[in-house]
Amino acid sequence: MAGLTDLTLAELSATMKKKEASAVEVVDAHLRKLDEHRALNAFITETPDKARAMAKASDERRARGEAGLLEGVPLAVKDLFCTEGVQTTAASHILEGFVPPYESTVTSNLWKAGAVMVGKTNLDEFAMGSSNMTSYFGGVENPWKRRGDNRKLVPGGSSGGSAAAVAAYMVPGSTGTDTGGSIRQPASFCGIVGLKPTYGRCSRWGVVAFASSLDQPGPFARTVEDSAILLQGMAGHDPKDSTSAPLPVPDFAAAARNPDIKGMKVGIPKEYRVDGTSPEIVALWDKGIEMMKVAGATIVEISLPHTRYALPAYYIVAPAECSSNLARYDGVRYGLRVPGKDLIEMYQNTRAAGFGKEVRRRVMIGTYVLSAGYYDAYYKKAQQVRALIARDFKDAFQKCDVLLTPTAPTAAFAAGEKMDDPVTMYLNDMFTIPASMAGLPGISVPVGLDKDGLPLGLQLIGRAFDEETMLKAAAALEQAAAFTGRAAGF
Amino acid sequence: MSLDKETVARIARLARLKVPEEELEPLAGELSGILAWIEQLNEVDTANVAPMASVSDVTLPMREDKVTDGGIAEKVLANAPGGAVYIDPTDKNAGGFFTVPKVVE
Repeated sequence: MAGLTDLTLAELSATMKKKEASAVEVVDAHLRKLDEHRALNAFITETPDKARAMAKASDERRARGEAGLLEGVPLAVKDLFCTEGVQTTAASHILEGFVPPYESTVTSNLWKAGAVMVGKTNLDEFAMGSSNMTSYFGGVENPWKRRGDNRKLVPGGSSGGSAAAVAAYMVPGSTGTDTGGSIRQPASFCGIVGLKPTYGRCSRWGVVAFASSLDQPGPFARTVEDSAILLQGMAGHDPKDSTSAPLPVPDFAAAARNPDIKGMKVGIPKEYRVDGTSPEIVALWDKGIEMMKVAGATIVEISLPHTRYALPAYYIVAPAECSSNLARYDGVRYGLRVPGKDLIEMYQNTRAAGFGKEVRRRVMIGTYVLSAGYYDAYYKKAQQVRALIARDFKDAFQKCDVLLTPTAPTAAFAAGEKMDDPVTMYLNDMFTIPASMAGLPGISVPVGLDKDGLPLGLQLIGRAFDEETMLKAAAALEQAAAFTGRAAGF
Repeated sequence: MSLDKETVARIARLARLKVPEEELEPLAGELSGILAWIEQLNEVDTANVAPMASVSDVTLPMREDKVTDGGIAEKVLANAPGGAVYIDPTDKNAGGFFTVPKVVE
């Protein structure tokens, strides 16, 4: 018989509903997995006592007949979401020891729905990275390894700990944030589902800010249905985030349970066939196209002419916004303080000691592109290109309902690979960044294994605020791919 | 655009980052590399293209101009790295201060 940790989120909910297991039993089973796989370094802070207390309260609510959507479900939270009374670091030395006196809207929604927090997961520092190697608290190990090769692989990033925790069956689901691919790329690397909602679907309030016009919280899970249930628990209008959409939350789970895509038009952007993509990923993409066709969809070739400019435009917009957002870390009100001979030197010493190399690099790029005389040449130009990218998608969605593309150009790589040159690392997000720049929803679904036995995902991109169509297509792809891969030993 | 050492030092000053002298040169190389790669954007014709102001079509909402929170000085000061000073230690929510190194002689 499968253990409690083997169950999907939907199955776990059903098990607790039938009283076959209590929330306390469920959380204990998962906490044992956290113990067992601590070497992955997926968590920065584990909260077992809080988890047991929350589970106990959950059992009491259920006994009173007040069970919520996620009643008793154990979840891991990316350590970028502020959690009241629990250290929140953004994986940065500058926030080490910071204990927020408030709770982010998204996590607060999850707890209101009955979910139980087991801990805060590791990430790239301030969510800046694609490998989880920039964390001040050390890299995360991907549960997957290449066949016959014992080298540790990265889980992707920035939400690497959240992805690894789900792939290692420590939790059935977790939260992440996606600025340029930080949910979808690690989901692909770890063989799980990762969903980035439309910009504005989930509140950013209480999430440590990286690039405010791009940041968007979203879920990780092992099935499309589970990701939809989690999204339902996370989403909703929040007056505290001015960019939060004042729209009702649709029944995402119902959409995910309905993989009927007969007549759906699936667009294939020809510009995504680029050099540098692994031939295995191109082959997998072709297989995915075939699967959608067999499931009854119509395949339409479409064009997104400005695709190749999305990445360089992103590397102006994101650092510019990060340099502004990170100006708040000055050693005055919270976080690290390193003394200096005067106030200015205190700021400089604090920020030099508190930020890691990649964060300092991006703050400097951002400061430069926003500095007097360069704003038009860089930031304005990037926002113009961004408008063209958004227009490309708008035109494409005249001809199709959803897009199918690879998620990442390669499978998971080893720790230390691709570290010589920042631009090589940036290229990891070439397929995820265009949708981010246009604010569109995207989901990565595990579809197959490469020749080394590593998981590979495909990405579906939907229209703004039409996650439902995207989820239907994702469920159809999931059903056709019938991916059952599981990392050895987990 | 290739950045020289002096420009990097100026950016570091603007960003309030202390960069040791010996790191300026390698950093100039690294940042120049990233900027050179970014400059492929110049290939794109953006004449008459309005820069994107927001990815969503949602109009920013207005709310009534009234105080919606307050009286939580203790929470605000809870993480003060230099420690906090309260006006009235018996009522921490009455207000207080962050402490910083002496600025005015």
